[in-house]
Amino acid sequence: MTVPLTLLGLLEREPSHGYELKRAYDTYFGRGKPLPFGQVYSTLGRLARDGKVTGGEAEPGAGPDRKRYAITEAGASEFDAWLTSPIEPEPHLQTVLFAKVVLALMLGRPAEIYLDTQRAAHLRRMHELTELKSTGSLMDALLADHGLFHLEADLRWIDVTSARLSSLAEMVRTS
Amino acid sequence: MTPLIEARDVYKSFGQTPALTGASIAAARGEILAVMGPSGSGKSTLLHCLAGIFRPDKGEVWFAGRRLDTLSDSKRTELRRTAFGFVFQFGQLVPELTVADNIALPLFLNGMGKKAAYPRAEAWLPRLGIEGLGSRRTGELSGGQAQRVALARAMVAQPKVLFADEPTGSLDTLAGELVMTQLVDASREEGVTVILVTHEARVAAYADRQVLVRDGKVIDHAGLAVEVTS
Repeated sequence: MTVPLTLLGLLEREPSHGYELKRAYDTYFGRGKPLPFGQVYSTLGRLARDGKVTGGEAEPGAGPDRKRYAITEAGASEFDAWLTSPIEPEPHLQTVLFAKVVLALMLGRPAEIYLDTQRAAHLRRMHELTELKSTGSLMDALLADHGLFHLEADLRWIDVTSARLSSLAEMVRTS
Repeated sequence: MTPLIEARDVYKSFGQTPALTGASIAAARGEILAVMGPSGSGKSTLLHCLAGIFRPDKGEVWFAGRRLDTLSDSKRTELRRTAFGFVFQFGQLVPELTVADNIALPLFLNGMGKKAAYPRAEAWLPRLGIEGLGSRRTGELSGGQAQRVALARAMVAQPKVLFADEPTGSLDTLAGELVMTQLVDASREEGVTVILVTHEARVAAYADRQVLVRDGKVIDHAGLAVEVTS
């Protein structure tokens, strides 16, 4: 999750204090990993410096920061561009697993067992996410689905690679 | 683990083509076990051997402490009717019958009268979210509804083992998810062992344990995990 852009999005909804932003972030995006206050204020500081938010005057009262932040036109424009653009699809060819398989074949190690072990680890994680879907909220389920589809894509790659190991071994040996 | 159902070093060929070449697998009472593998790996043949539909060429199949593969055809048929339930990918419902008739069918085959069978069959409708559909013909159902009827029919005679062969193979993601959730919930509530054959990892992830069939043999991922941990 991109913290600065997410905070911009929350400010697009309504001007807020830092602690309100933290609370909203933790509720919607934290998923058990709360955003530290320090990171909230340092991010807001950078966004203010870059003209994407305005800090306003400090309001009277207790607490480290009583400024109410608001998004600027530049900030709204950046947020909109991020929101509406697709994320760069990554080819994923140079993954750690790919490197492991090729190295294993080069070294005459049991690449198939490495793939099986990875498949087992993926399936365990998929099982955990599937359990989470049945016990968690709809938001948990949607996030779990995202993870499940990605893990499933990896598993397909593992299966296809496993089926092509002998051809790949031949190529590695002869190249 | 005391297995409820087990295949020991099973071989099965069709003509000159070997499908299973020393496959061993065991599932405990109440366990949900996914059998994965690519097309042609032998996973469906393994299911058919475990269920007593195929007799292995070599090896043994055990169910509840009893050798299954040496039983006569009629004894194995009786066992399938009384102790096993089945859900397949396609074409398992009788189109001429209503939903309630389809679900009650195993009870009728076991000799139960209509008076007892229909209430028991209809009790499954709300459990699977298909209440109100009892009098429909199966041709009027969506794919997901039809699979839930098939699940009800598989469970109505209180089997000890449910065999599910690609139960979501013809469904979209959300319909498949609903069928799997209900299959898992119903099995857990009834304490049924499930042998779930699938090539889809997302479906296999519902199971307590996953094994892979490759070249007619079973690779147990739990065994792999132990090996790696140790």
